[in-house]
Amino acid sequence: MRELTYAEAIREALSEEMRRDDSVVFLGEDIGVYGGAFGVSRGMLEEFGPVRVRDTPISETAIVGCGVGAAMSGLRPVVEIMFSDFVAVAMDQIVNQAAKARFQFGGQFSVPMVIRTPSGSGTGAAEQHSQSLEAWFVHTPGIKVVTPSTPADAKGMLTTAIRDPNPVLFLEQKLLYRVKGEVPEGEYTIPFGKASVRREGRDVAVITYGRMVQRCLEAADAVAREGIEAEVVDLRSLAPLDRDAIVASAKKCGRVLIVHEACTTGGVGGEIAAIIADSEAFFWLDAPIRRLGGLDSPIPYNRTLEDTVVPRTAGIADALRGLARKGASWPRA
Amino acid sequence: MGIPAAKLKELFLKMSQTRHFEETAARLFTEGKVHGTAHFCIGEEATGVGVCSALAPEDLIAQTHRGHNQAIGKGMRLDRMMAEFLGKETGYCHGRGGCMHIADSSVGSLGANGIVGGGIPIAVGAAFAQQYRKLDAITVCFFGDGATNEGAFHEALNLASVWKLPILFVCVNNYYAMSTPLNRHMNISDIAVRAQSYGIRGKSLDGNDVISVYEATLEAKEYVRREGPMLLVLNTYRYMGHSKSDPQNYRTKEEVESWKKRDPLVLFRDRLLRDGICSAEELDALDGQALRDVAAAVEYAESSPEPRTDEVLRDVLAE
Ligand SMILES: Cc1ncc(C[n+]2csc(CCOP(=O)(O)OP(=O)(O)O)c2C)c(N)n1
Ligand SMILES: [Mg+2]
Repeated sequence: MRELTYAEAIREALSEEMRRDDSVVFLGEDIGVYGGAFGVSRGMLEEFGPVRVRDTPISETAIVGCGVGAAMSGLRPVVEIMFSDFVAVAMDQIVNQAAKARFQFGGQFSVPMVIRTPSGSGTGAAEQHSQSLEAWFVHTPGIKVVTPSTPADAKGMLTTAIRDPNPVLFLEQKLLYRVKGEVPEGEYTIPFGKASVRREGRDVAVITYGRMVQRCLEAADAVAREGIEAEVVDLRSLAPLDRDAIVASAKKCGRVLIVHEACTTGGVGGEIAAIIADSEAFFWLDAPIRRLGGLDSPIPYNRTLEDTVVPRTAGIADALRGLARKGASWPRA
Repeated sequence: MGIPAAKLKELFLKMSQTRHFEETAARLFTEGKVHGTAHFCIGEEATGVGVCSALAPEDLIAQTHRGHNQAIGKGMRLDRMMAEFLGKETGYCHGRGGCMHIADSSVGSLGANGIVGGGIPIAVGAAFAQQYRKLDAITVCFFGDGATNEGAFHEALNLASVWKLPILFVCVNNYYAMSTPLNRHMNISDIAVRAQSYGIRGKSLDGNDVISVYEATLEAKEYVRREGPMLLVLNTYRYMGHSKSDPQNYRTKEEVESWKKRDPLVLFRDRLLRDGICSAEELDALDGQALRDVAAAVEYAESSPEPRTDEVLRDVLAE
């Protein structure tokens, strides 16, 4: 199969949907001639013209709000927020408007809008350009939250997002933009709420998503040489969450490691742990559930410090070893 | 021109320092010594330097992401700025913030902001504190043309106006917000008219002429102290890309070249020579000093220690 980068896969999905459906419009800062801060929309202005690929002023509240109103009025806007940190500027339109419009008006409206935005650290862009804010929105009923970890998923899930009748926060992993992978030609969708098992194993279930999937796979390879077989589950969609896949993997392995880049406290990992503790998988657990998230810190500028605050492959491997050790089992009286 | 010769030389030195600082920083990037991005103000030196050199030490400033001229103008040290740029422990923010977040509370800097428009309401708060404490000082808030399209700008101007706060809003208009030209991100050509909607004074001027910038700031400062907020728009141009990754496919080389003919440093140099304030030798000596200052800053930064990883959580909250 041919290979595309994660960024190209996103561009392909968006372009295919714009060709198929003229109600799809694309708005954002510097998405036209510039092609977006990360080059995702390069060439799209040439194909679709300035009426459908619209550069906006620097006005995040108006950009998202315009998306909400246009979606309530029959369009399918895809809005780009240049860095996910800037969603904070548009928070009212996302949380109080987009996520509430259907419910509060008794189902009269739907808001088929996608907010595409790059998430995560690793580029030296420091505190205000590096955060992983997914938990805020997972905690907001009325909006879906997805974050693909491969080019193929990026394409299929963006297509799903555009066709979804609800607001979708589509979190792109900025460090994955240049990563290549096989991507099918033509239109296809990947349903939300379905995790993907990236690696089968029987000893420890690793539940993760986003850029951490790659690190978890590397860590799983490292400990496999020591006889520990980790299973790596890529959630892909955070709201809705694939409860069945989480519970099944936890039951199968009896030991669970949850890994995400976002700060640990108040993160999605807590929800995943609660789902397991609240399910029949509880009776299969051989060790306490472990969470390995980012430190509870803003993302620093200095490269070494920046690396220190998010989970690294070596740290994930250590956590896997710790969990797999006999001593980590329940102390049985 | 009633400005003392010593002040004029200070302006020239600071503008030269800014130019050399940024040219050097850009070189460190290409040498792979910097992780991250930077926004250079080459071509805009007269704005930040001219405004900040007219302020007193106790006046406050809030800088932008493109604010090395603002920082140097307010008296920040080149060595600690360069150390921050290289992410070192001796940097102003101990390597936590980088050049997009340089701050120095000791010279009245409230910090540079990575969120476009994010600093404007903060500056209003600082001016509120000055008014509340009955201080003589004022706050100067820098932002770009693009930032005036954020809600934060409009809310902040209105609040400052209603409360008559001692704040000078300074819009550094370089005619672009990243790739988007002014005439495509707003429907007016003179940003100063935005002041009218909030009942405050607005004034636009040539931001490449450091003397007019300096004099306008002195005058604005007195006005702001007496009457409350004012908006000063400084028209200028950035020569380099928006940030290090900018393909610059949205403007022509001719446009950039035409602005370089009105280079703020060349204009000022010519003026100082013409008015007989400085000789060419004196100006060359100042420029040479600026170069040496920047070289010393690089040496300081490069020989400085990295931050310790076990102290990464140090300033998440105050004790
Ligand atoms: C809230 C927010 N939106 C977008 C950005 C990305 N961004 C950084 S600088 C910039 C352009 C700012 O233009 P202007 O205010 O004119 O300042 P200039 O860069 O020209 O100095 C943009 C879009 C940001 N940092 N913060
Ligand atoms: Mg600008």
